[in-house]
Amino acid sequence: MKTFSYTIKDAVGIHARPAGLLAKLAKTFTSTVTLEKDGKSMNVTKLMMLMGMGIKCGDTVNFSVEGEDEEAAAKAIEDFMKENL
Amino acid sequence: MIKCKGKGVYGAIAIGNVSLFKRQDEPVRRIHVEDVAGEFARFEDAKALATEQLAEIYEKALKEVGETHAQIFEVHMMMLEDDDYNDSITNIIKTQSVNAEFAVATTADNFASMFASMEDAYMQARAADVRDISNRLIACLSEGEQTREELTQKMVICADDLAPSETVSLDKDKVLAFVTAFGSSNSHTAILARNMNIPAVIGVGEDFLKAAEDGKRILVDGYTGEVILDPDEETESAMRRKQEEDLRGKALLQELKGKENVTLDGTKVNIFANIGGVGGVGAALANDAGGIGLFRSEFLYLESTDYPTEEQQFQAYRKVLENMSGKKVIIRTLDIGADKQIDYFQLDKEENPALGFRAIRICLTRPEIFKTQLRALYRASAYGNLGIMFPMITSVSEVEQILAICEEVKAELKAAGVPYDEQTEVGIMIETPAAAVISDKLAPLVNFFSVGTNDLTQYTLAIDRQNAKLEPFCDTHHEAILRLIEMAAENAHKHGAWIGICGELAADTTLTENFLRMGIDELSVSAPFVLPLRDAVRKLDLSK
Repeated sequence: MKTFSYTIKDAVGIHARPAGLLAKLAKTFTSTVTLEKDGKSMNVTKLMMLMGMGIKCGDTVNFSVEGEDEEAAAKAIEDFMKENL
Repeated sequence: MIKCKGKGVYGAIAIGNVSLFKRQDEPVRRIHVEDVAGEFARFEDAKALATEQLAEIYEKALKEVGETHAQIFEVHMMMLEDDDYNDSITNIIKTQSVNAEFAVATTADNFASMFASMEDAYMQARAADVRDISNRLIACLSEGEQTREELTQKMVICADDLAPSETVSLDKDKVLAFVTAFGSSNSHTAILARNMNIPAVIGVGEDFLKAAEDGKRILVDGYTGEVILDPDEETESAMRRKQEEDLRGKALLQELKGKENVTLDGTKVNIFANIGGVGGVGAALANDAGGIGLFRSEFLYLESTDYPTEEQQFQAYRKVLENMSGKKVIIRTLDIGADKQIDYFQLDKEENPALGFRAIRICLTRPEIFKTQLRALYRASAYGNLGIMFPMITSVSEVEQILAICEEVKAELKAAGVPYDEQTEVGIMIETPAAAVISDKLAPLVNFFSVGTNDLTQYTLAIDRQNAKLEPFCDTHHEAILRLIEMAAENAHKHGAWIGICGELAADTTLTENFLRMGIDELSVSAPFVLPLRDAVRKLDLSK
């Protein structure tokens, strides 16, 4: 399992478009990508839940990636977060 | 005549007639079904059809508003595929033995209220997305294709609110403007309207909708957010004039935006904008200014009831620097005096404030005020391309004192580990004849000069700008002024400094040729003059 944390820098947080792109990206891997914030965790492919968590600028979220391609998936997700959020 | 006010989301004027947006939104009925498997199949078919429609809308949006904004429809397609959304619908069908329409409507309500209950305005706007995809599903379930009356002529579309897909589905060539009673400026509809270049006013309120009828005359001002139903003749012709002016300005912008400020023979000049507050950045960028040539910092002091703190100042400077994303921003330090009174400074009344205790003279007398501003400026320098400019300079020793204080501030920041940009340029205003005359001595000390022509004129000609009686004597093109500017330009270049003009004369296109021949490197004008000035520069030929 690979884990990493990321603090949101985008002014409006994880909003519709990046949430959609993140879910889409996570679906391209076989690994399960889980996001955790304040004890609540969820699979990031669940777009509505992801949007519903209301993750804002300054929030720190923890990712854990588990599966065959976890190495590549974790790197792709981390790069995506840095670039878009 | 009825006037309403909402929020303008795209600046443009529309004059035309109302077309009320009609949708077939009959309430969804709860119907008991025996054949649950059949209902599942109906739902799957509807979902496939809805996805197909969304894919078409996505393609249309891609062409009309670009990829960034079309992506919302891709998100809509993904929302349709969302496990929780689908599970909820199929669960309701199965456990309650009800029709798919009802299951979709119930699910939509649940998810939309989840978003609507969030504090964040941006998230609240997502409730509209859920309703949008759900309404599409319901329409697909009941009738297959949504049918809508085709518009025959250009109309102002008025609605309670418009879903993003409704906005994009409308034939753009038939829409003069959008006016909605509700909605937020964060909604995708607002963003889409902005990107479709269609004037739009949102949130005008319910009363407007009651008064609006198909075919009624309507004026829409996307700048002020004003919407007028049944205008009288005078109001309509005033709006028409505003529209014509707006179109002329936009045509110029279209033609000149992104073009270089270069003369026919290849001489280049920077054209920057003057701003008086953080809010001025929008106009500077909209008019394609290459940077900020004069950011007056006085507003921070004028808007405050006590000395603005370092942090307050830092935030304002940083914001402007970040918004200008790497373009030059020249911030002028405090320039007040007895003519621009600020209570808490407790300045004495003066006989002759123009020649009095002001600007850099206050700063050098009360260094604590000056140092607070300089610390805020240097801290902000880490966030963009900053230049710091000092007003009302008359002597070498003043500049030396200023530079010593700058060094002190930088050393303190360095010791505290606070980042700042070592390359931050410093410059001085050339607005006294004294500074122009000794510009050969001043130039080696600084990176740039900026000529303040308003003060330079009044000090050179000994003419009070405020006194209307003196107007016949006030020749702003006086040879003495032009010679002083030329002298400063020569001396700046001799010592490796650059020179700009930030006073009113910079925008005077009858002098542009003179300035370029002197080798002026930058002209800074108020935002609406940037493009007319670019136009003038591009028509000049200095080789003749």
